[in-house]
Amino acid sequence: MSERIKAVLDPICREVGNDRTSLLDILREVQHRCGGVSGEAVDLIAKRLNIARVEVESVVSFYAFLSDKPNGNVVIRICDDIIDRMHGSETVARAFESELGIQMGQTTEDGKISLTHTPCIGMCDQAPAALIDDVVVTHLSSDTARSIVAELRENPDPTRLVKELGNGNNAHDLVSSMVQNNIRLRGPVLLADFEPGTALKKALSLSPVEVIRNVKTARLRGRGGAGFPTGMKWEFTRATKADKRYIICNADEGEPGTFKDRVLLTEYPDLLFEGMTIGGYAIGAAEGIVYLRGEYAYLRKFLESVLERRREEGLIGKNVCGVEDFEFDIRIQMGAGAYICGEETALISSCEGLRGDPKNRPPFPAQSGYLGYPSSVNNVETLCCAARIMEHGPGWFSSHGTDRSAGTKLLSISGDCKRPGIYEVSLSTSLKEILSLAGAEDAQALQVGGPSGQMVGRQEFDKTICYDDFATGGSMMVFGPQRDLLEVVHAFLEFFVEESCGYCTPCRVGNVLLKQGIEKILDGKGEPADLPYLEELAQTVKMASRCGLGQTSPNPVLSTLKRFRSEYERRVKPALDGRQPDFDLSEAVAQAVSIVGRESTHS
Amino acid sequence: MSKPKIATTSLAGCFGCHMSLLDIDERILELAELVEFHKSPINDIKSFSAQCAVGLIEGGCCNEENVEVLRAFRSNCDVLISVGDCAIMGGIPAMRNMIPLEECLQEAFVDGPTVHNPTRAIPNDVEIPLLLDKVYPCHEVVKIDYHLPGCPPPADTLWEALVALLNNKPISLPYDLIKYD
Repeated sequence: MSERIKAVLDPICREVGNDRTSLLDILREVQHRCGGVSGEAVDLIAKRLNIARVEVESVVSFYAFLSDKPNGNVVIRICDDIIDRMHGSETVARAFESELGIQMGQTTEDGKISLTHTPCIGMCDQAPAALIDDVVVTHLSSDTARSIVAELRENPDPTRLVKELGNGNNAHDLVSSMVQNNIRLRGPVLLADFEPGTALKKALSLSPVEVIRNVKTARLRGRGGAGFPTGMKWEFTRATKADKRYIICNADEGEPGTFKDRVLLTEYPDLLFEGMTIGGYAIGAAEGIVYLRGEYAYLRKFLESVLERRREEGLIGKNVCGVEDFEFDIRIQMGAGAYICGEETALISSCEGLRGDPKNRPPFPAQSGYLGYPSSVNNVETLCCAARIMEHGPGWFSSHGTDRSAGTKLLSISGDCKRPGIYEVSLSTSLKEILSLAGAEDAQALQVGGPSGQMVGRQEFDKTICYDDFATGGSMMVFGPQRDLLEVVHAFLEFFVEESCGYCTPCRVGNVLLKQGIEKILDGKGEPADLPYLEELAQTVKMASRCGLGQTSPNPVLSTLKRFRSEYERRVKPALDGRQPDFDLSEAVAQAVSIVGRESTHS
Repeated sequence: MSKPKIATTSLAGCFGCHMSLLDIDERILELAELVEFHKSPINDIKSFSAQCAVGLIEGGCCNEENVEVLRAFRSNCDVLISVGDCAIMGGIPAMRNMIPLEECLQEAFVDGPTVHNPTRAIPNDVEIPLLLDKVYPCHEVVKIDYHLPGCPPPADTLWEALVALLNNKPISLPYDLIKYD
């Protein structure tokens, strides 16, 4: 074993006490320092943590930001979601390729720069965008791509690529990012001024049970999309007998087209941490974990500094706000590029330093979560809402929205609209109003809730955003009349195929079959019987998959078959003589023809 | 009224499904009462001369001749049934799908440890149908109406399915007939 690797690795492992649950942190650090996690490094880590080699290897292979082969000194990851594509990310990618003289997925010969795609990095409102190491670059064009390459060749430090700082805290010293907040509409609940400490002090004047009761009275439901009542989740977590409990903030905002948590993390970190502290007090936790997606690493130092300030102000730490016996602290767990980690049990796996595989439920995290302790996993926005409920009271909160959907919702609107960005609207706002706010009156379709949500057409634009009509985590992708919706469905399926963890067959195989089915139709080789087949297959994947990914990944197919069936029907035609139109005999024998050197006698 | 005709074939299969069909034992006499066997290895009729009610397909498609036969079945049979795992999903022959065709042939005829082939030639007679790039399940080549799983499907499964189909009744296969572990 080379001494060099030892010299790098040993301190990294020692710093976390050779703790197996810190494996992801170790690997992130090794990746950062060495550009990859080599076989030698895997061996040594396995030895130091006293685990099997395959356990380390499986984690390396799972996360997109870890690699077994060395990357270049700088890694350019071009965001490849449908919105970025609509804004020309493919042209940008070609420009990077030609300028660097390499293809996607390759590294320049001098080992300096790697180029690759990555799914949505949460910048759809300023697309096309890319991550260069941890630095976000937005509004790319083929020209900027060329100048970026030229600058990186001169000086490999990507922070120098940021010429103009974004607004708000994006300009903060510890962020120094060109990202813009794009807050287009502020509502009364989330995007209002906040004085750190106000909500927490009110919460601490109540008993934990009263805090939970207030959250229940406010009828707060989870803002990640599923809409589970937050008070109930806290109550269940509190009710489980255990030595320790955890409150975990899901800041793995991976649903393509959503970027609201980015803005909350940038502008309202105190509100979030306060919500977590309140949650910790309510369920009886002494530790909170923010699971921050790897793509938002540029916010980490800033968030750490806010936590440090709150420690100094006594808002976290020992005896929070002077309340004896209430000790609560928050740490940030970085993700490493895996959409599935937004699923709460996968997120817990990832916090434990494992592959981000979902776990079986039951037991639910409220019974047995992080390291087996009862845990409450809540969305960033949910925790912010909880803080506001403490600040202004449950009645004030539930006076916004409707009976079953109280409060406001942050929407991330992007795509074919004049004003992409963040909108805080009352729950029960109609899709039509939302589209007109964003300047997208001519929209042909609106993807509500990201790829895992619903594709909605004009005939339903009168319906509203709420838990009864269209529940959403906040992703709103607008598709104008010029867009081919089947291409959109195809892009979504590509995403799910890539992001499926592969544990269960319906999801691992089913999504590939769905994608092939759509490709067949896009190629003009579909036949009418393909439509009921796709429907049946989609239902099977939904019903038989283990976690939320496979249970929702067929939604693009199902919702377009339901609402935009003509898009399919106009492309399919009955097959001749009962033959499958996508089977081409001459193509199938082409290899054999070239091997044996004679033509086929069949046609 | 003439009896409905039935045709069968084995493509890239092992004839196990046909053996299973013969396993219906003395009920084969009953079957002969119900149907007339047309093109089939059982009676060695080589080509279609009449439209058949049912075609039973064993095996997937591994070469161009399989495709031609399958297409002829599709044109000449009202109802086509994929019988057994090879027809339904390629089965054992499809194990080669993970390996490029050239490598397969090289290993089978030249480099394999038990191969004696001093000329290192890969068989190439015009009589030998060209192999497809991979083994295809039947429904990827033509439209298939029904699938009867099993390796092979038990005789009783085949019997129940055929009798139900020929009597125009809904098929009911008890769990025992479609349980394979």
